[in-house]
Amino acid sequence: MDAFAAQFLDLEVMQRYLPDIIDGLWVTIALALLVIVTGLVLGLALAVIRAFQIRVINLAIVGFVDVFRALPPLVILVIFYFALPIIGLTWSGFVCAWVALSLVLASFAEEIYWAGITSVHKGQWEASRSTGLSFVETLFYVVLPQAVRLTIPPLTNRTIAITKNTALASVIAVQEMLTVAQTSLAYAANTSPLTMAAIGYLLIFLPLVILSRWIERKFAWKH
Amino acid sequence: MDWETLRFSFLNYESIAEVYPLLLRGFWMTIKLCLLVGPLGFIAGMVLATIFSFHIRWLNWVLIAYVDFFRSIPPLVLLIYINYGLPMFGLDVPAFVAVLIAFTLNSSSYYGEIVRAGIESIQAGQMEAARSTGLNRTQAMIYVVLPQALRNVAPDLISNTLELIKATSIASVVALPELLRMARVSQELVFNATPLLVAAAIYLVMLWPIVRLLSRLERRMMSSH
Amino acid sequence: MSNGNVVEVVDLHKSFGDLEVLKGVNVTVAPQELVFVIGPSGSGKSTMLRCCNLLEQPTSGSVLIHGQDITVAGVDINRIRTHIGMVFQSFNLYPHMTAIGNVALALRKVKKMQRGEAEDRAHQALRRVGLDEKALSHPNELSGGQQQRVAIARAIAMEPDVILFDEPTSALDPELVGSVLAVMHSLRDDGMTMVVVSHEMRFAQDAADRVLFMDEGEIVERGTPDEIFKNTQHARTREFLARVTDH
Repeated sequence: MDAFAAQFLDLEVMQRYLPDIIDGLWVTIALALLVIVTGLVLGLALAVIRAFQIRVINLAIVGFVDVFRALPPLVILVIFYFALPIIGLTWSGFVCAWVALSLVLASFAEEIYWAGITSVHKGQWEASRSTGLSFVETLFYVVLPQAVRLTIPPLTNRTIAITKNTALASVIAVQEMLTVAQTSLAYAANTSPLTMAAIGYLLIFLPLVILSRWIERKFAWKH
Repeated sequence: MDWETLRFSFLNYESIAEVYPLLLRGFWMTIKLCLLVGPLGFIAGMVLATIFSFHIRWLNWVLIAYVDFFRSIPPLVLLIYINYGLPMFGLDVPAFVAVLIAFTLNSSSYYGEIVRAGIESIQAGQMEAARSTGLNRTQAMIYVVLPQALRNVAPDLISNTLELIKATSIASVVALPELLRMARVSQELVFNATPLLVAAAIYLVMLWPIVRLLSRLERRMMSSH
Repeated sequence: MSNGNVVEVVDLHKSFGDLEVLKGVNVTVAPQELVFVIGPSGSGKSTMLRCCNLLEQPTSGSVLIHGQDITVAGVDINRIRTHIGMVFQSFNLYPHMTAIGNVALALRKVKKMQRGEAEDRAHQALRRVGLDEKALSHPNELSGGQQQRVAIARAIAMEPDVILFDEPTSALDPELVGSVLAVMHSLRDDGMTMVVVSHEMRFAQDAADRVLFMDEGEIVERGTPDEIFKNTQHARTREFLARVTDH
């Protein structure tokens, strides 16, 4: 047990690397927030554009969304980081991770919003249009409020799952929490920094996971 | 940036010819990984969900803690923890085993949540009817409740399996020679990005049908509300 | 050119793919008139009604509202629709809004009223259908009959020139039908112009000025309620009436 504690919970090591880990934690949080905002907004925009049913544009959206849902996020990240410089785009690792993960979240979010929009009954469109509201007004005042309600539980789960992928940014040298922990681990020859990082992730994501449970119950019960 | 540079970097068939045995090896490793981790995680998840359905209070809290813990930790962190932590502790586990452990822990909690929701969607009358004919609890679960439960949550199960297959690419970080790892090795051999794109194309061909199927299922699920 | 008619449907044709649902329908609705449309399901009566506010686009023919053809290009259909109320079989209330929110939405967004003004008007409309005390209820807290009355309030709040009723009581439990018909009756007494597609023959007998019988995309017979119900001319009409009054 002592050997275990010395290897995984060495307080002296932990104290030494705590400031570095906290720096990494902030990078992780910043990246996560950027990805959530960009991904959810872009996803909603795509779903709204898709509602206009313009054939060419819809094909493009579906194609984009399918590719980013089918490819592993790490593959996308690596391609962005290693292949984009060849065509002249030299983004930092942070920007690469931000853009790549945002596109992934946007794709999943678009599908969920779209499923929500199509699930709103046709009669809702007709009732609204019959009172003189335009297509866009109907979409925003009548259809989206109902669609978004339906989409909140799956969207929350998906957002958490994709935001956890910020840890993948360690592969492309972003100084987020996992990278810092791995560097410290190498220096200290001790696993305790990684334990700290794990605790850091729990601090961020456990409340969100519990929140998602609560949301699922609340929304399931309303129906 | 000219056409020749682009072709050399992204459409370099000469280098594909050179590295395709590596990519093929990686592909088979990915398949092997999926065929092991998928069933392992799924069965573990069904066991978790079944235990949950017994409604033993303290045990359910333990299960919820287990599930939420592994849903909160990024799989990569878990993998690195197991892969680097255990050897330092004196337990020498091969990367493949570390990957199996990490993904089983991670995916069992997701599968477990899904199957639990499925079981809860089945009315108590089903269990009662089965018990009234003399089936015991486990039999009623296996023959009556689970088949209906799994059908109800089929889209979520498929979606989770898709995520699991994609997540196996993370094993590249601990040098397991799966598809992404071999693509990156190849990339360093031939000094261009073509192997990466070929790997991406392989993932796409493999997973795109599942993505299409899911789009349909998810829309149908939500419309039934 | 408007002859004073509120609605004028001229040689209306509508096809869905190969299926011809309307085969040249002509209807006029004078101010304060209640025109009642009967016919078997699939006869095209709902489609005819939905063409009147362009929820369905006619294949050919025209629809004139106060003499203005709304089927020609360049018509501001959203503005026209504020003059044509519609009540649906399945109510189609917005589930995320309260009763008053349902009634006030178009007042605020289309008629651009201030919140207070819109809500005053919405309260008036709800009072008109006897449901002002339910103003803050959500649709799922209301019975079917109450939901349909809110839907009627949503239509009358816009002060339309005509209201189209598409089988307004078909989705209701029998004991709730009366309250909706009572509201429709009182609207009629106040001089509202109405086109009603329905199977409530007793209501037609009491309240309609004219009855149209549609079958297979055509108007087979038209006349006063007495002419249609007591002095039926066509065999198809007689057959239909026998079937629906059987039980």
